[in-house]
Parts: sequence; structure tokens; C-alpha cells
Amino acid sequence: MSDRLSVFKTYKLFVGGKFPRSESGRVYEVTDSKGNWLANAPLSSRKDARDAVVAARKAVGGWSGATAYNRGQVLYRVAEMLEGRRDQFVAEVDDAEGLSKAKAAAQVDAAIDRWVWYAGWTDKIGQITGGTNPVAGPFFNVSSTEPTGVVAVLAPQESSFLGLVSVIAPAIATGNTVVVVASERAPLPALSLGEVLATSDVPGGVVNVLSGRTAEITPSLAAHQDVNAIDLAGADAELAKELEIAAADNLKRVLRPQPVDWAAAPGTDRMTAFLETRTVWHPTGSLGAGGSSY
Amino acid sequence: MPTTVTAHGNDAATRLKELADATASDSALRRFLHGLPGVDAVGLEARAASLGTRSIKTTAKAYAIDLAISMIDLTTLEGADTPGKVRALAAKAVNPDPTDRTAPRTAAVCVYPDMVATAKAVLAGTDVKVASVATAFPAGRAALPVKLADTRDAIEAGADEIDMVIDRGAFLAGRYMDVLEEIRAVKAECGDKARLKVIFETGELSTYDNIRRASWIGMLAGADFIKTSTGKVAVNATPANTLLMLEAVRDFRALTGVQVGVKPAGGIRTTKDAIKFLVLVNETVGEEWLDNTWFRFGASSLLNDLLMQRQKLSTGRYSGPDYVTVD
Amino acid sequence: MADMANKAFAYAPAPESRAVVDIAPSYGLFIDGEFAEATGGKVFKTISPSTEEVLSEVAQGSAEDVDRAVKAARKAFEKWSALPGAERAKYLFRIARIIQERSRELAVLETLDNGKPIKETRDADLPLVAAHFFYYAGWADKLDHAGYGANPRPLGVAGQVIPWNFPLLMLAWKIAPALATGNTVVLKPAETTPLSALFFADICRQAGLPKGVVNIVTGDGTTGAALVAHEGVNKVAFTGSTAVGKAIARTVAGTDKKLTLELGGKGANIVFDDAPIDQAVEGIVQGIFFNQGQVCCAGSRLLVQESIQDELLDSLKRRLSTLRLGDPLDKNTDIGAINSAEQLARITELADSGEAEGAERWAPACELPENGFWFRPTLFTGVTQAHRIAREEIFGPVLSVLTFRTPGEAVAKANNSQYGLSAGIWTEKGSRMLAVASKLRAGVIWANTFNKFDPTSPFGGFKESGFGREGGRHGLEAYLDV
Repeated sequence: MSDRLSVFKTYKLFVGGKFPRSESGRVYEVTDSKGNWLANAPLSSRKDARDAVVAARKAVGGWSGATAYNRGQVLYRVAEMLEGRRDQFVAEVDDAEGLSKAKAAAQVDAAIDRWVWYAGWTDKIGQITGGTNPVAGPFFNVSSTEPTGVVAVLAPQESSFLGLVSVIAPAIATGNTVVVVASERAPLPALSLGEVLATSDVPGGVVNVLSGRTAEITPSLAAHQDVNAIDLAGADAELAKELEIAAADNLKRVLRPQPVDWAAAPGTDRMTAFLETRTVWHPTGSLGAGGSSY
Repeated sequence: MPTTVTAHGNDAATRLKELADATASDSALRRFLHGLPGVDAVGLEARAASLGTRSIKTTAKAYAIDLAISMIDLTTLEGADTPGKVRALAAKAVNPDPTDRTAPRTAAVCVYPDMVATAKAVLAGTDVKVASVATAFPAGRAALPVKLADTRDAIEAGADEIDMVIDRGAFLAGRYMDVLEEIRAVKAECGDKARLKVIFETGELSTYDNIRRASWIGMLAGADFIKTSTGKVAVNATPANTLLMLEAVRDFRALTGVQVGVKPAGGIRTTKDAIKFLVLVNETVGEEWLDNTWFRFGASSLLNDLLMQRQKLSTGRYSGPDYVTVD
Repeated sequence: MADMANKAFAYAPAPESRAVVDIAPSYGLFIDGEFAEATGGKVFKTISPSTEEVLSEVAQGSAEDVDRAVKAARKAFEKWSALPGAERAKYLFRIARIIQERSRELAVLETLDNGKPIKETRDADLPLVAAHFFYYAGWADKLDHAGYGANPRPLGVAGQVIPWNFPLLMLAWKIAPALATGNTVVLKPAETTPLSALFFADICRQAGLPKGVVNIVTGDGTTGAALVAHEGVNKVAFTGSTAVGKAIARTVAGTDKKLTLELGGKGANIVFDDAPIDQAVEGIVQGIFFNQGQVCCAGSRLLVQESIQDELLDSLKRRLSTLRLGDPLDKNTDIGAINSAEQLARITELADSGEAEGAERWAPACELPENGFWFRPTLFTGVTQAHRIAREEIFGPVLSVLTFRTPGEAVAKANNSQYGLSAGIWTEKGSRMLAVASKLRAGVIWANTFNKFDPTSPFGGFKESGFGREGGRHGLEAYLDV
């Protein structure tokens, strides 16, 4: 091994497609599972959260308006980019979660495969959630699903990468944009994911990554009137209740924390949780009556 | 726009000049007609059906029955018509219920041109009009000179009203101007001697958009009445197509000040049906159309049902077909 | 015979018979298959809003009563949820049929207690109530095929709180899917319209529904709050105001209770210059004057393209002048009574604010009955997005008219609301209809029609109009553990 001094990475937030430091100028120390210093991560403030919501809102129109096929290709591109940086993420997950190399690799592989799974869902979810309804009258009636809008996501605390991907990908697959608060103790895979997303054709603002104290950042997200939904995956029971109460102010859609085996097949629940059903009626009329009889 | 005038009035022509642009050329007329608001069939039919649920009882029913009788163009249009049949019908128009002289007379008797003189002889001295179908009724498939001769013949025999059919073939081929000019020619033939009812044969026009366009062609050409149908096809007057035509005459008057009448014809057989049409009139164009100058029923069997219902209202018991005349 | 000299075609009174319904002087709570007094014996009166006549006295359910009802529902849940779906289906089919048989009676009852015209209870409410039970009955033994996985399980006891605008229909929307999926229910009807729910209890008896599967606890807001907060409730379903909906969301926060909310709205009805005008006018009238405008999905904001504003308003005013306001039991009445003095006061206050803020008020000449709660069908022109009457839900027969210039502006104004329940689009151009529909943030879009409902059609809102869907396959999800 060479004794070359390595170059450290300054971990930054990922907001609106850019990599800002926290506007607060604060950082906190991130350690590995054994307590060794890994990096200083930005300690996001409520203002960072506010900026992230602005960026996410700005991205809703373009992302939700993109074709489902296009969103699928973008998600697949994320998998491609991750595959190329697989070793980096294995190392980061290894550090963060203290897993064996093989187990960390399995987590990363599963995360990459998860992007592929959701990439394939973008142009199918609408077909299984919507459809025509046979109303008793001369009307064409069709239900289709729409993204809810801006989703605040509390990433799982323990599963720093597979869990993270498992909550981001389903939300954006359907056209939502997200502000994700990374695992407080292990934010580095999330911040690195931002770097991958920035080079994967994901439009700026579709995914915004914040690191810091979950309990400090999330109340303002839960209460934010321009956030449409919140995924409480990374909240403990007490915080989850507090945030759910705050979320009632504008009736956010709330996905409560529940025990999840992140390695298991995910199903469609995390997509449908952030979809709205819109039903359109239109008269069908007739071809006209009559005709001649003489 | 000042007060209303009839399409038959002297002032009407002057007023219609304001719409001269619309009829200046074939293409101008097409643009005008295709610029009319579309008709949503489901919404139109729903509105007509909803007005059909009005509950018309007691005094309102009595009023409506007499009004309906007074609006009937009592009609016989059969190959088998004879002078005897026409005389009987005309007598019934004047005296619909021999047991009750308070029953109103019908508005008119409607016959083929060769029966006009027969009807006129019976109706002389009464206010019951003689209406005659003309213009190669019902198909209208004849040359214009033939149609005009047909019209002239009826008027000379004493017809007060002419029920012409439009050239549906021309309409469906998009030759709107031909349709308009033919109506104008017949109107000119009527002059001030006869009021002109223009029959669209809505069942052949098929779509509501077509019915609206035909209504405007008829009104622009000077029709005194617009009329749904001949009674000779599968679909004749319906609440929906009559509602649509009522909307057309309402809009036409709002634009020009010229009032045009409406005549649903064919398929209206019961008092219940007739009252539904009167409700349509009442709630779409209002009481200004609620007399036989502006609204008619083209019907034959309807009269006896109205008379039986009328007897029921005055006696309290249901009547039967033996208590009204079969003509 | 008929007075032909008097030209007016005046419709004679055509009242539906009150005698077809027999209202008892008092009603208890329906718990575990029995009617019983409330603990403490508290009662309140329910009146006819069109006459202020007292119709009956109804028990005021306490927290203890709610507890008894939830326990009864819990006890019944075990057997009910274990019943083969086909058997549950047959109970629901029975209920649907009995409702059809008794629909005239129920229509009169609903009109008396609510104040809405008999024309509507007869032609809209009751047919939809029966259809809803019939629809969900068929789902009970087909849940495996509903797209929620194999053998989806019910949640348990559903606590349901419903409003006064469509008392029996909202009951149907709540109870039918809950029972079909194997849940048992405790339902609290609105304080001002408890009677049809109590008659429904009798229908359950006639259908032989097992005791405790349906429990009806009448009362006021405190009764509803006790139900929502009860620990034994697994599912909360609420239809009503956004303010109460938010309070309920806070109450169930941190619990495992599944929640669906059907709340307020400020629906935009957008009329483009190529609209089928006569049908649009009808749709506008349907949109805001159906049920006196006391409809969460009412088209209360008319957005009309500026180029046709005058023409459209002339037509609309002419049409409003033909509306018949009066005795709700008269078959020719179009506009009935406002449901309560309290609601009338709110409508009056908001309408007055419209005038005070500079909008121009118009209402057709019509006489209001002396007794009861009445409000003329009213429209405001010159309304801007800043006016209260353009933002707040009035829940009454008051239409705010705004204008727009382009489709983009129409969509922006329509979406500029905390609500997102319904919207209307009137245009004959298919591509415009689809483009606008896809941009409107609302759960139900009526294009070239308005205020249409069907049991197969999911209903529910975006944003602060609530979450969850009622109706259709979508409506099952709210009552399944998925």
C-alpha cells in the first residue's frame, strides 16, 4: 500500500441540484460504528429545510409532468451510476453500519436493484391504481393517480443506504419530489447519493438531501404549509406523534413508521401512499337517433 | 333591441338585415352556423328529463289541458284521406267535446294541399286555421318550382298556414345556403297570406348540433314557426329536441327582437306528454310563448286523451274512449 | 273550467304526502341491536328546518354510551369478520333492497329532517343510497380480487362521523364498504339530521343483521369526539368541515387508527368560450344550487372566460329566475331550506362580507317563507381571488363569479385554494378538456357535467379537502388492513 495521504471529501447537502453547505455554517461529527471519526457532516437548520422545500416545489411541475417512460429511464440511470460507484458505497455502508464487507455489499446491491425495480414501475403503477369505472349513466368515468407533490421523508435511522433508497425511489418514481432527512447517525451514504443523483439525469430539486438532527429539522418540515406529505420512516414513536400532529395543519398525507424489513420485496405501498386519485367524468352522448323510414 | 315583432311582421325583414352578414355567402353562413355554441347531448336530455318531473296538478293541470287543446294542429296526413275524413276532423276542431261546449277549439286543422278547400269550407267563420303541408311533403324531394307550385296551390285553396319541409339532403351535404334560399322562396310565396312553419325532420338531421343549426337557418330565412318533424319517421318530437329549438327561438329573439314559434309534431299522444312540453315552454321561454300564436302541437290522437283528462277533472271519475268522438 | 284569462301557467301546490312516514316522538341510541336511552337520559330535539317544527327528541350519547357501542361492535366483530364474504354480501343486498322498498318513506323523512327538496331526496339521495349498498354488497366475497393482495383483513371497529348535508347517503358511503370488508361500525349522525340513521337501524333489524354490527349513537360534537378518541376504535372515517377534520387528525396522531377524511371544498367551475352554453348554465346551477349549495364538492367559484362573461351571466340570471324556492315537500321545489339557523347565519355573514368587500350581489326576486331557515340563490360578480367569498367555503347557495383570460390562468386560479375536492370544465374541445383536467389539483373533475355521483366512482380530495377515497374499488382500501 502506498503511504500517500488521502484526500478527504467535504460532505455537503444536496439541494436544488447543487451542493451547498448548511446555511447555519454548522457541522457535526460523524463516526463509524466503533466511534472513529469519519467526516464532519452539515448540521442542517430549519432554513436549509425551507430552501430544500422551495427547490422541491420548483421541481414538481417538470418532474410530475415528465412522461412516465422518461422517469423510468432516469431512475434506471441512477442504478447505472451507482453500479459504477458500488465500491465506494459498500465502504460507506460498511463504515456506517459496521457490517461485514459481504453484508454491506449485499445492502448496496439490493439498493441498486431497488432503483431498477422502481424504474420499471413508473409506467405501470398508474395502470394498477387507476382505471375506468362503470357508472350507471351516459358518462365516461376514469380514475387516474397523480403524485401528491412535495414529500418530506425521514430516512430510516438504521439502514443508511438500502433503507434510504427504499424510501426515496418509490416517492419520486410516481412524480413526487422529496426532501429527505438522512439517517442522523449515518448520513454519509445519503450525502454521497446526492452526488450520484446529480450525475444521473435526475432534475435538480427532485431529490434534496439534508443531514443533521432529525428532531431539529423535521418539525418545520411537518408543519410546512407547502409540503404535501410526510414519510415518518425514520422517526421514533414520540417524534412520529409530534410530527403527525404538526402535519395535520395542512392535512399532509402521513405514512407512519412501521417495522420494515428493507431487504424484503417492497410491494407498492410506498408508491400508493403518495398518490392522489383523480376521477374525471365526461358525458358520452350518443350517435344521434333517428333515420328515415320513407 | 326594442319590442318584439313577429317573423311575419313588416319590421322583421329590416331587423334580419342586421344578420345579413351571416347569410351573405355560403361560406359566411357556414362559419356562422358552425360558430353557434355546441350542444352537449347528455346535458340537454338531462335538463329535458328533469323538467319532465314537474308535478302539474289540479288548477295547473286544468289550465294546461285547455292550453294544450288550443295549441293543437289537428292533423290528418294520410294517403287514405277523403273529404269525409277531413270534414269530420274539421268539425272536431271546432267542437272537440260535444258534451262540453266549454272545451276550447284547436288552433288549426292540418291537411294535404288537396284537402285544404274541404277543411276551409267546414271552418269558415271560425277562428280555427287551416294549415297545409307543402313542398313535396314529407320527403321534400322535388324541384323548387314544384315545391313552390305546391305551396301556391295550398294558399289559393285557402290555407292560412304552410308547413314546409327543408331539403335535408342539401343540409346534410353541407349546402346550407340552398336550404336557406329554398325557405326564403317558399316564404316569399306565402307573402302575407300564410304563416310559414319550417319542418326540419329532426330525426333525419340526427344530431343536436344539426338541429340547432337548422333552427337558425330557418329563423334567418324568415320562418314564422320552426317545427321538429313530419310525424313520418321513427323519431319525431322529443322533449330534448323541442327544448333545443325553444332555446334557439329564445336566443334569436334576444338577438334580433323577432319572435318565432315552435311546433313539436309526431309522437305526442298523451296529456302527460303534452304537459311536459308546456313545462318546457314555460321554463325556457316563458309565458310569451304560451299561446297558440307561438306554440303548437302537431298531433291527432292527443286531442282525445286531453279531452278524457278534462272530463276526469270536471267529473272526478276517469273517462273512457266511448265518451270522446272517434273521427 | 280553466281560467284561461289568467295567462300565467302557475303550478298548483304538489306536496308529497307526509303521512308515508311515521316519526316516533322520541328515539334512543341503537346499540347492540337494541334502542336504549342515553346514560343520564339526556336528549335533544331535532326540527324541520323549513318550518322549525319539532320532529322528535333524540338521545344525546355520552362518552359512556360511545364506550358501550364500541364494545358491542367489538364483540360483534369476531363473528362478523369470520362470516364468509358471500354471507355478508347477502345481508348487504337485503339492506339495499329494503332501502329501495322504503325509499319513498325515507325520502320524505330526509326532506323533513334536512330541509332539502323532495325532488332531490327522491331522485338523487335515495337511489344513490340503495345503489351504494348494492355495489359494496357485491365486493364482500370478491376482496381477493380487489388488488389489495390475497385475503385482505378488516381493521376491526370503525368509528364513523357523518354530516347533515346528505345524511343517509353519507351513512351509506360509510357503512356499506365497512360492512362489506368485515368491519363493524359505530356511526354518529349529525346533530341536526339524526332521524334517517335511526330509521336505518330499523332496516338493519328487518334485514336480520347480527346485533352490534351496526350501532348508531346520536349526539353533538362531543359525542363524535368521544368516538374518534375511543381506544377501541381501529378506523376513523369522517366527513365534515376541514377544521374538525384537522382536529381529528391530531387526535389519532400516534395511534394505529387508520384515518380517512372527506372535508371542505371551494370547487372551481371553469367555463371556456367554446362551451356548450345552455348545458353549462345548467351545470353551474346544478353545481352550486343542488342541495342549497350545502355540498362539499359544490362548484362555488365560477371561472368564466372574460370574452363570454356578459352572455353567460345573462343566461345564468335568467335561469336563476326560474328556480322555485319553498316547501321542500312540494315536488316542484328546486331550492329548499338551509339546514339550520347556525348554517344560515354563516351563509349570511359570508355573503355580507362579499358585499362589504366590494363584490356585486344579485339574487332573483323570490319570496321567502316566514318560518324556517331560507336563503335566496345568490350570485356575486366582480369577485377577485382576494375576497373571502372566493376563498372560504360558504356551504350555501352563493356563487362567486370570477373571470380569466387564458387556460393557464384558469388553471392557476382554480388551483389557488387550500382545498382540492372538485372542479368543473366546460369546453367542446377535447384536448383542452384533457389538458386542463390533468392540471387541476382536485379529486373529482366534472367535464361538461357537474355533481354526478356513482358508487363505482371514487370520491375524495386533494390537499385540505382530505384524504382517502370513498366509492369504487378505491373505497375498499380505507377499511382493509393494507
